[in-house]
Amino acid sequence: MNISEKEFLAPGHRACAGCGATVGVRLALKALGKNTVAVSATGCLEVITTPYPETAWNIPWIHVAFENAAAVASGVERALKSQGKDAQVVAFAGDGGTADIGLQALSGAMERGHNLIYICYDNEAYMNTGVQRSGATPYGASTTTSPHGKESFGEDKPKKNIPMIMAAHGVPYVATASISFPEDFMKKVQKAKETDGPAYIHLHQPCTTGWGYDPSKTIELGRLAVETGSWILYEIEDGDFRVTYRPMERKMVDEYLLAQKRFKHLTQEERNRIQKNVDALCTELKI
Amino acid sequence: MVTIGACVKEPGSSRNNKTGSWRTFKPILDKEKCIDCENCILFCPEGCINKDYDIDYDYCKGCGICAEECPVEAIKMERG
Repeated sequence: MNISEKEFLAPGHRACAGCGATVGVRLALKALGKNTVAVSATGCLEVITTPYPETAWNIPWIHVAFENAAAVASGVERALKSQGKDAQVVAFAGDGGTADIGLQALSGAMERGHNLIYICYDNEAYMNTGVQRSGATPYGASTTTSPHGKESFGEDKPKKNIPMIMAAHGVPYVATASISFPEDFMKKVQKAKETDGPAYIHLHQPCTTGWGYDPSKTIELGRLAVETGSWILYEIEDGDFRVTYRPMERKMVDEYLLAQKRFKHLTQEERNRIQKNVDALCTELKI
Repeated sequence: MVTIGACVKEPGSSRNNKTGSWRTFKPILDKEKCIDCENCILFCPEGCINKDYDIDYDYCKGCGICAEECPVEAIKMERG
């Protein structure tokens, strides 16, 4: 794998200590190289990397609004094409900017077949504004808008399956990834780059502030999600589904849930229910 | 002054902001123990460990991911 030694995201950005999003962006840009134009939706990444008049980006970057990262990326891609310039366009948006607010723009870009990469960095809630639930918040998680307490259990709906919605668009490349598996992730980014047409990567990324764990455990938490089968690494290449990482021995979901404050309120019975759902999916996929 | 379109013309200018001042604990790498696996370089949220494994304390926020992910425990977190 040809990985750039250069850093395309400068330090001095305002991310929390132990931020997973910046790890994801650094790895993606290392895989893509210098000849890249980035687009961001509103969200953590936009706020932490560009406190005006500063920017952490060492490549051309544009932000417009929360809902239109995919539409802006489409326009940039077409403009570069009409000028005869060969550069890769990549859009970064959080789970809120992807699963909720930016979904129609993303669907349109996928449908039109633009040659771009869209990476959703999924920390499973609106972290930048104070941990509000999004469509990608998993079942059971406590957030400020799905709190746990006498009247509420925490998030009572399952996580919206965005990568499969993207796959249903029939785009040539869809993948899931985790910041804790950098080689797997960067390989997928490079495959996405080689893809002629739209490519979608859903990057799972622990958040120390929103999930409630020590900042040093960001990578460990991402790894636990995959090792417990709570997050599955796969790719869909021209319609062919392939699991890219199978844990040697799948760990119990409890190990992942109990390491985070957002799941601390769950009873054993509720955790068993989550385990059963994970088991069902993993059995189907032979993990 | 705000530019038209809020355009920022200097790439990587966030370097003006020394986030090292956020730090409570400081990672100290013992290069004798280091096995050159690049884990700390890849997983640093700041990207402030270079290929020679020098940690840039001007920006290190002291999150401790490098120490946590070092397979040979060559990085220790110390106050400062």
